[in-house]
Amino acid sequence: MRLPPGINSKDFSDALKQFGEAVGKEWVFSSEEDTDLYRDSYSPFWHEDIEPIPSAAVAPNSTEEVQKVVRIANTYKIPLWTISTGKNLGYGGAAPLLNGSVVLDLKRMDRVLEVNEKNHYALVEPGVSYFDLYRYIQDRGLKVWIDVPDPGWGSLMGNALDRGGGYTPMRDHFDSHCGMEVVLANGEVVRTGMGALPGSKTWQQYRYGFGPYLDGIFSQGNFGVVTKMGFWLLPEPEAFTSGNVLVPKHDDLIPLVETLNYLMNSNIVQGTTTIGSPLLMSQAAAQTAGGAGGSALLMTPGGPTIEQLEKIGAEKNLAYWNCEIYFYGPAKVVAAQWEYAKQKYSAIPGVKFVDGKPYRLPLDSKDIEAAPKRQFGIPSLSIFGMMGRSEGHMWFSPIIPMTGEAVFEAQRVFGQAYHDMGVPTVSQLFVFPSSFFPRSFVILCGFPIYHDVEKNRRNREIFRGLVKAAAEHGWGEYRTHTAFMDTVANVYSFNNHALRRFHETVKDAVDPNGILSPGRCGVWPKNLRKEPA
Amino acid sequence: MRKTRVVLLLGASLIFAAATFAAPDESQIERGHKVYDKWCFPCHGTGVGKPGTDSLRQRGQNPAVLEERTDLTAPMIKIFVRHGVLFMPTFRKTEISDADLDAIAAYLTRNNKPN
Repeated sequence: MRLPPGINSKDFSDALKQFGEAVGKEWVFSSEEDTDLYRDSYSPFWHEDIEPIPSAAVAPNSTEEVQKVVRIANTYKIPLWTISTGKNLGYGGAAPLLNGSVVLDLKRMDRVLEVNEKNHYALVEPGVSYFDLYRYIQDRGLKVWIDVPDPGWGSLMGNALDRGGGYTPMRDHFDSHCGMEVVLANGEVVRTGMGALPGSKTWQQYRYGFGPYLDGIFSQGNFGVVTKMGFWLLPEPEAFTSGNVLVPKHDDLIPLVETLNYLMNSNIVQGTTTIGSPLLMSQAAAQTAGGAGGSALLMTPGGPTIEQLEKIGAEKNLAYWNCEIYFYGPAKVVAAQWEYAKQKYSAIPGVKFVDGKPYRLPLDSKDIEAAPKRQFGIPSLSIFGMMGRSEGHMWFSPIIPMTGEAVFEAQRVFGQAYHDMGVPTVSQLFVFPSSFFPRSFVILCGFPIYHDVEKNRRNREIFRGLVKAAAEHGWGEYRTHTAFMDTVANVYSFNNHALRRFHETVKDAVDPNGILSPGRCGVWPKNLRKEPA
Repeated sequence: MRKTRVVLLLGASLIFAAATFAAPDESQIERGHKVYDKWCFPCHGTGVGKPGTDSLRQRGQNPAVLEERTDLTAPMIKIFVRHGVLFMPTFRKTEISDADLDAIAAYLTRNNKPN
């Protein structure tokens, strides 16, 4: 029997028995066969003894059962690692950070408690996936949209609590939430915002309630177990259209992004936009840089110069940069917004525009099949098609300023970092900046996972190298795999790690036995705290 | 030390070779169809953007859509669901229960021919 750290086998057996009494013994998993299902399918520790493995899993079906489990864990000081659907692949999956933790699996709590079509919100439990809520809405013909991240099997709650992003105007998932129910480490239930008012009529309509606003501390944290969460939904728009803006020169990225900022921050352009480069993605540019696709994306020492690349662009008629922008709303309005965007962008010499396909909503079945699903809040798993025949992946995902200059700097900094670490850039999946969140860019660097110890060790070193390189230039990750939570938390070190020390103060106050998700996002309880390296 | 998927896949191949025919149970098949639609179709179904289907097609599997195959066996299906393969992750019992997995297996083997 695997044991949680510091727990003897008798206490653990007693706790498992009590977990069984709380949730039903068939929902307590302690055999190796069952607990192996809670390992990270994309673990960067394949075949290594340091891979964190749970000692057991317990799956309550209600808030009351969560309370019972937490109280038992508190009695025995057993660490619980909370998951919602456990499909946070690329960031740790269902596996705990601390070896031997008991996974608190909330997948069975999968009820859609309310969808309100008139005020456009939903109230859900942790096990509700994007597919689940989408089906619920479609089955009832409700005129509201959810926003989805790339994989649709994730939990609305889990993704929002990990501060994930999507693609429509409601793309900032934590920002779109309204109201929580949380089980604290002592087993007490708290409702945030207007939910603190008994009989409240506005729990999902006004976020803040009265007094200090607490919701943020339950995201990327371990101060409570969130058991219900409200989300604002988008009223189904009348129409959608898109447009592609292409500019010829390297330096055109500066006005391209500056105008994008104006349009996005004015709510004219909505949803996630990704900066692209037909030129740098071309075979011709790649051959100049090193011969393989994608090798020109970063500016590496000894690589092609901007002048060389611009020459290729002119010869091949390839835009140096582009961005596709999206509009949601009344048909006349979205058409006018695209025209307005074109007018603003016309200040860039040589700019070209390509009109996207206009859609009237709701989509018919033919359009649903062919449309870019994520822009319409339709969940899918199509993203996994871009992973090739890999054995998993993980993401390095720093936030950089939303400026052309910052993109240039990122191309140089990460190109130099890869070069210094002896990594060919072509071996990395580098995704250009995207506006998953308002007013900043996220860069995504995908790391393949192998069933090869040395390759994974090497990739972990490279990952840490990128975290360091980013931090040296003022950039930090918005979220990370459990394997790197300490590494990333440590770069948020202003004033001698004052923020982390404050987190620890809160942790010690609300979870003195340190039972809730120890180590999540660098927040360790007193009994497990180590001095940072 | 973690068990390797290579070994599991080898095991799956052996099970594949020893495919047997079981009489279909209509209610079990119907239940399996529903579970399949919820859990498997988004990756292994027909249409655009089905990475499981695309991956199987790339390795020469014909048909690539699981529902159209007649050579799958229940043990093989269970190994893949519980252990994953390549970018397909494991599925826990809180997601697909053992009973639901039996039903998926009944559905995906419904058209198998007797040996």
